[in-house]
Amino acid sequence: MYKIVEREVLVPNIVHIKVEAPYVAQAAQPGQFVILRVDEQGERFPMSLADWDREKGTINIAFFVLGTSTMKLAALKEGDSILDCVGPLGNPTEIENYGNVLLACGCFGIGPTIKLAEALKEKGNKIISVMEARSKAYLFWQDRLRDVSDEFHVVVGDSSYGKKEWTNDFIQEYLRAGNKVDIIFAHGCPFMMMECSKASKPFGVKTIVSLTTIMVDGTGMCGSCRITVGEETKFACVDGPEFDGHEVDWDNLIMRQRRYIPQEYRSFSLWERDNWHKIMDVALYEKEKLLMMQQG
Amino acid sequence: MAEMIPIKERMQRDQVQMPEQDPQIRGHNFNEVPTGYTKEMAIYEAQRCLQCTPPKCVEGCPAEVRITEFIQKIVEEDFAGSYFEILKTNNLPAVCGRVCPQETQCCETCVLNKKGKPIAIGRLERFVSDWARENGVHEKLPEIKKKGKTVAVIGAGPAGLVCAADLQKMGYDVTIFEAFHASGGVLVYGIPEFRLPKEIVRYEAGEIEKLGVKFETDFVAGKTKSIPDMAKEFNAMFIAIGAGAPRFMEIPGENLAMVYSANEFLTRSNLMKAYRFPEYDTPIKIGRKVCTIGAGNVSMDSARTALRLGAEVSHIVYRRSRKEAPARIEEIAHAEEEGVVLNFLTLPIKVLGDYETGEVTGMECIKMELGEPDESGRRRPIPVEGTNFIIEADMVIDSIGTLANPIVPRSAAALGVEINKWGYFVFDEETMQTTREGIFCGGDIARGAATVILAVGDGKKAARGIDKYLSSGNSLKESLNK
Repeated sequence: MYKIVEREVLVPNIVHIKVEAPYVAQAAQPGQFVILRVDEQGERFPMSLADWDREKGTINIAFFVLGTSTMKLAALKEGDSILDCVGPLGNPTEIENYGNVLLACGCFGIGPTIKLAEALKEKGNKIISVMEARSKAYLFWQDRLRDVSDEFHVVVGDSSYGKKEWTNDFIQEYLRAGNKVDIIFAHGCPFMMMECSKASKPFGVKTIVSLTTIMVDGTGMCGSCRITVGEETKFACVDGPEFDGHEVDWDNLIMRQRRYIPQEYRSFSLWERDNWHKIMDVALYEKEKLLMMQQG
Repeated sequence: MAEMIPIKERMQRDQVQMPEQDPQIRGHNFNEVPTGYTKEMAIYEAQRCLQCTPPKCVEGCPAEVRITEFIQKIVEEDFAGSYFEILKTNNLPAVCGRVCPQETQCCETCVLNKKGKPIAIGRLERFVSDWARENGVHEKLPEIKKKGKTVAVIGAGPAGLVCAADLQKMGYDVTIFEAFHASGGVLVYGIPEFRLPKEIVRYEAGEIEKLGVKFETDFVAGKTKSIPDMAKEFNAMFIAIGAGAPRFMEIPGENLAMVYSANEFLTRSNLMKAYRFPEYDTPIKIGRKVCTIGAGNVSMDSARTALRLGAEVSHIVYRRSRKEAPARIEEIAHAEEEGVVLNFLTLPIKVLGDYETGEVTGMECIKMELGEPDESGRRRPIPVEGTNFIIEADMVIDSIGTLANPIVPRSAAALGVEINKWGYFVFDEETMQTTREGIFCGGDIARGAATVILAVGDGKKAARGIDKYLSSGNSLKESLNK
């Protein structure tokens, strides 16, 4: 059992928890993830690590509430426990002195990107970061990312915060303006990472994406998470989770990510019928939720 | 006590068949297929045993079960005594009684096999252990003298569980590290409920825990902690992580959404209980026409699970002939009775489907013929040109075997643990020690994908090897400081 020692709703639909998991906290590196199982009936699912504290033995996860499993996780209160937490899994990010590094992030990718920025900055890289959200109200942890960045930008998908644009638009403009960027790291939903990869491709700037696809064990045993990179099949859990975004077959990835949507919807409807009151504070917007599920 | 019958009559009696669920009914439920012997059946079967000295059957048993002794106790109607006889060498009797291929082991060497009717040793083993479980009979162990030495066992599969049990009984303090949330390894994620109820695995693992073995689940050795770091904390280490990485055909269309590895399909259904979705959250897809590639025991498990999940048609496609199929004869028979269609001498070359939706529409195959024997001694299948055809299918399960999972070998390499070209550990057949002193291995990570009972045998052998190593005053953690 892994106790939740802190829990807060950061913005609508995004919840941040701090969990007691001493082994994971001890070994965690930027870029890694854990597999969680909330309760006895629960499924196993991957979550990127947003932070950790080796001394206190805790890990932090900021997650987007989308289906049954994340709802169950969001419904837990401080003092409650998660049944299983396994990790850290996947290969750590290769932290080197690249030069000018552009970090693009959004949603659950913001936490991991802050840890990555810290590690890259320590290696002497210049950090240019760009954070995205649907709207100004959905932004969180700007200060934390700004503190570890040499250049910090925010973009939002509506007109609530200056010009309407997404991270991929920013990347395109930034590179077109002739700014020197040696490598890009993108972390967010698959769609965002795909768009960022597409934006940087014409400029030939290597773009690393973090793919935590649908997994069961997370240790290379089932092949559920497999993706096509170049011409090869790779397992996101053990070969990744980081891959060259220009080589990833995004159509195949998104198609595979969508494969359980009917089951996910059914499972979620049943859970919500009995448990909706547990997640009032997550402030779900029914219409948005449906839309997200349709988009996978 | 039941009567001892004359030798002549023992030779004349036929093997007692075990009752089974009707194929028409069992094809739609996950309850166990064979329902087990009754007391009367068990005694009647046990009476047939010739009580040979020395017993030939034991020679065929990797777990060295005291077969004649436990069978004699059945005749004496001392089922508890019988159970204790088995436990002297094997702590997974209800598991082994169900999943061992007895026909190539104890039953093959049984003297009565010459007449084609060996004692049904596995069924008797199953009866005794089921009886003990149902009647709450537990092993009473004499006070064990602690040796004050610790052993790490990596992997709670059959090899790890048995090795841990043996070492704990010898007086060592054993901790098992398991990556999954439940112990049992392939017994819980691979073998389906209808062949091996998970409750039984949980029970026998629980009995091993009662011996004092500590279980650390949710612990991925090599990730959660590196092998060198773990080695610093123990006097010896046994690595039994299985061969869990799935192999794919590497043909076009395999990354369509409706293509599964047998590992994924079975893990979802067995370990995660997707067959009880939506009561359990883990989803599983099922097609109407399911095609499983391969003809091993895992392939039979997949094809039969598909039927139970609601597939109308379940095909098996195998490139060699029936004779070469690696599955147990009994498993193939069970699958066929339930309606699984076997297609021999057929090689899939392409999965057809829609790349937008991920749906599968069929599988292009080519007919094969058998040529000269290959390095495995089996006749090599050769494609017959111009015989391409399409099998209609909306779901494909790849079940062509597994490979070594590299997480632990990579982490152990720092200590000088060598692997062979297939990624399995190099080890000493006598002691099961790897190329690094103090680190032992067994099961599939030592010999490649094999059976539960060979893993059990390795676990026992390694326990002896570790005992010898530690008794000579050696220690893994101390050797690191040298």
